[in-house]
Amino acid sequence: MLELRHRGGCPSPGGAGTPPPREGEAAGGDHETESTSDKETDIDDRYGDLDARGDSDVPEMPPSSDRTPEILKKALSGLSSRWKNWWIRGILTLTMISLFFLIIYMGSFMLMLLVLGIQVKCFHEIITIGYRVYHSYDLPWFRTLSWYFLLCVNYFFYGETVADYFATFVQREEQLQFLIRYHRFISFALYLAGFCMFVLSLVKKHYRLQFYMFAWTHVTLLITVTQSHLVIQNLFEGMIWFLVPISSVICNDITAYLFGFFFGRTPLIKLSPKKTWEGFIGGFFSTVIFGFIAAYMLSKYQYFVCPVEYRSDVNSFVTECEPSELFRLQSYSLPPFLKAVLRRETVSLYPFQIHSIALSTFASLIGPFGGFFASGFKRAFKIKDFANTIPGHGGIMDRFDCQYLMATFVHVYITSFIRGPNPSKVLQQLLVLQPEQQLNIYKTLKTHLIEKGILQPTLKM
Amino acid sequence: MTELRQRAVREDAPPEDKESESEAKIDGETASDSESRADPAPPPASVDDTPEVLNRALSNLSSRWKNWWVRGILTLAMIAFFFIIIYLGPMVLMMIVMCVQIKCFHEIITIGYNVYHSYDLPWFRTLSWYFLLCVNYFFYGETVTDYFFTLVQREEPLRILSKYHRFISFTLYLTGFCMFVLSLVKKHYRLQFYMFGWTHVTLLIVVTQSHLVIHNLFEGMIWFIVPISCVICNDIMAYMFGFFFGRTPLIKLSPKKTWEGFIGGFFATVVFGLLLSYVMSGYRCFVCPVEYNNDTNSFTVDCEPSDLFRLQEYNIPGVIQSVVSWKTVRMYPFQIHSIALSTFASLIGPFGGFFASGFKRAFKIKDFANTIPGHGGIMDRFDCQYLMATFVNVYIASFIRGPNPSKLVQQFLTLRPDQQLHIFNTLKSHLTDKGILTPALEDE
Repeated sequence: MLELRHRGGCPSPGGAGTPPPREGEAAGGDHETESTSDKETDIDDRYGDLDARGDSDVPEMPPSSDRTPEILKKALSGLSSRWKNWWIRGILTLTMISLFFLIIYMGSFMLMLLVLGIQVKCFHEIITIGYRVYHSYDLPWFRTLSWYFLLCVNYFFYGETVADYFATFVQREEQLQFLIRYHRFISFALYLAGFCMFVLSLVKKHYRLQFYMFAWTHVTLLITVTQSHLVIQNLFEGMIWFLVPISSVICNDITAYLFGFFFGRTPLIKLSPKKTWEGFIGGFFSTVIFGFIAAYMLSKYQYFVCPVEYRSDVNSFVTECEPSELFRLQSYSLPPFLKAVLRRETVSLYPFQIHSIALSTFASLIGPFGGFFASGFKRAFKIKDFANTIPGHGGIMDRFDCQYLMATFVHVYITSFIRGPNPSKVLQQLLVLQPEQQLNIYKTLKTHLIEKGILQPTLKM
Repeated sequence: MTELRQRAVREDAPPEDKESESEAKIDGETASDSESRADPAPPPASVDDTPEVLNRALSNLSSRWKNWWVRGILTLAMIAFFFIIIYLGPMVLMMIVMCVQIKCFHEIITIGYNVYHSYDLPWFRTLSWYFLLCVNYFFYGETVTDYFFTLVQREEPLRILSKYHRFISFTLYLTGFCMFVLSLVKKHYRLQFYMFGWTHVTLLIVVTQSHLVIHNLFEGMIWFIVPISCVICNDIMAYMFGFFFGRTPLIKLSPKKTWEGFIGGFFATVVFGLLLSYVMSGYRCFVCPVEYNNDTNSFTVDCEPSDLFRLQEYNIPGVIQSVVSWKTVRMYPFQIHSIALSTFASLIGPFGGFFASGFKRAFKIKDFANTIPGHGGIMDRFDCQYLMATFVNVYIASFIRGPNPSKLVQQFLTLRPDQQLHIFNTLKSHLTDKGILTPALEDE
């Protein structure tokens, strides 16, 4: 076990004591305070061979360099530390929200790139934590392999998406046709190459470490890449399916914090001591109302409501269509007790608003579990934030931890309740079949359509 | 740090284990044992599981030959078992695959528990099994919907389950996730996250493979039998060649493997694959896709064999013609595919074995478990199969069959009328362009 003892013996930068308080720590944010995590130091290190002999080996995040821009610091130099942090967080929040609006304005392609960028950054953050926990910076092979696996999995997923949505574009180019047809085989071959490289790179004294990093990479890929892929699929369904869920989660974060700040009393869960039941429930109701209103406002515009399509003539993405029934005002008769309150018989709503209630409910009730998961993760590995990218807020992953399950839920929701299979994909698969099979299907379809009255038997086209 | 030193102890096998150092355990696990420090208590793990009968029968022979015999007898027993199961049919095969999957999962999770001393977190055992159940439910639900389409449409509860299948699976998984978050105990965060990660990686490895194996099985039993037999043959042949001719070591990870064994095994496996596919392609029960017959309520393997399984003439290239003095040879096209399968089994399959060896060395265990006397755990037997199932599935999907026509019809029927009309018209114009659809046919 000599090598393991060696590895465990690296001195840590800050020792086991409390690291210097971060800029944003005193602010009433969602960050866990340092004091609670210190108590677990001597007990948690019993477990996990690689987790160090003493907690001193788990490097506390080195004192986070203050990334706040100079200009802000000068402007706020007058205020006390607590209010200064509050202002920084507030300003950064507004900056992020405006950036979000800007990207929405710029269109779906930019949004796709943004999602891809966020995914890569989240992956990078989590992998870096893994390196720090396992002191595995000295295994350069592994960094290459992790990024290679990220590339492979992304290639696989984006290849599947591209094949579906860009069917017309793809049919034109010969090389793309080949790539699409054998896509799975090519992706598998690429993955296999990475797997074999991993096996060949196993070094005698570092087996366990390498296996840990391998598993860490795969779980991270599972978390970040599948989510981002599902986000893109939701986006293609219509930008509203991307905007409303994400805004609901953000709104839930903010309103739960505000309610907790003003009315908070009963703690919610031991994992996050700053969260309270009042915040949770208040956040739930405000998010449902917010989702309702946001859905109402966005449902009017074709830009948000129509599925994103790629038009080969214009060579760009267009969102133009006849809005589906979900996005047409309908009259609903109010149940009696609401009738008495509102003194109206019916109300006209978009059906999508009903769906938005489901989405907001999920965002408020289950979304926070993603946040608790990330909190638990941070406590387990004794880090305060995933990274330092955003001053006052931590890393990208800190902002997106609650979104984690939302994307999957929206995707599953859409496929189960909203739309059926993708028509262009069905068509593409039809065209690949054998001629006899195509003929058989053609006859079956014809009979079916005539039965349903969709196709007139006398119509000869 | 007494706990750490004690823990390291448990995984090492005592030297007087029946798997002695000179033994034909191909991975050369023993080399790693010697590098560990002397540890106090030998693990109770390696109990001699060999049945008493065998023990008595072989009591006269020396230890080395006794082990050889035990392994040999068990190998034959497993192969005979394999044949029996094939005879019993696809349903039994499916169940065996499922059991093997559960046992592999159990073995790997148990290793995780041993490594992390997490038996005292009873919640976690429940959660691991719950996640296994969820993921299996999701995968089997998808398969069942595809292959048992008519059966499912008939029964009302099944129809609802299949229509909202993804949503239900996701809800089940979410419940498990929330339970995990709620079960986080203050002093055990890291441990719990490790076990969570361990469980998910194990699921990724074990359940996806077994699911793909079942997919291959449904394609035709030959797609299940030939790959698995090729991997087994490669194991045995490589060992034999290595035993008789082995000299140059192959990889530091498994010192007992040699280049001679590797290459000899490769050629032997390709030849074996060719012969085996020739023999099997003649029988309908192996070659036909497994279908569920609604009337008889059972699985049937009855069909007109596809082109792959009909003898065709191939011209032998000039170089071999002079050797064999034949102009043409009659082969099944499937035999050509079997060459690809055997090549993969011999060249890449062993990487699965190296991966498992590295894993065992990393966690200082000799075998995954003690289920099979002389061989170790189920996972030890299936480590080389690991990538084979995925490869066969990808191979079939890319080169053999196209999309499933009945599934397409099923998807078509769920579309909106205007989409259906659009697809119908596009298909019609496509067929007319290709000349497949003539106006005469159109009027039928």
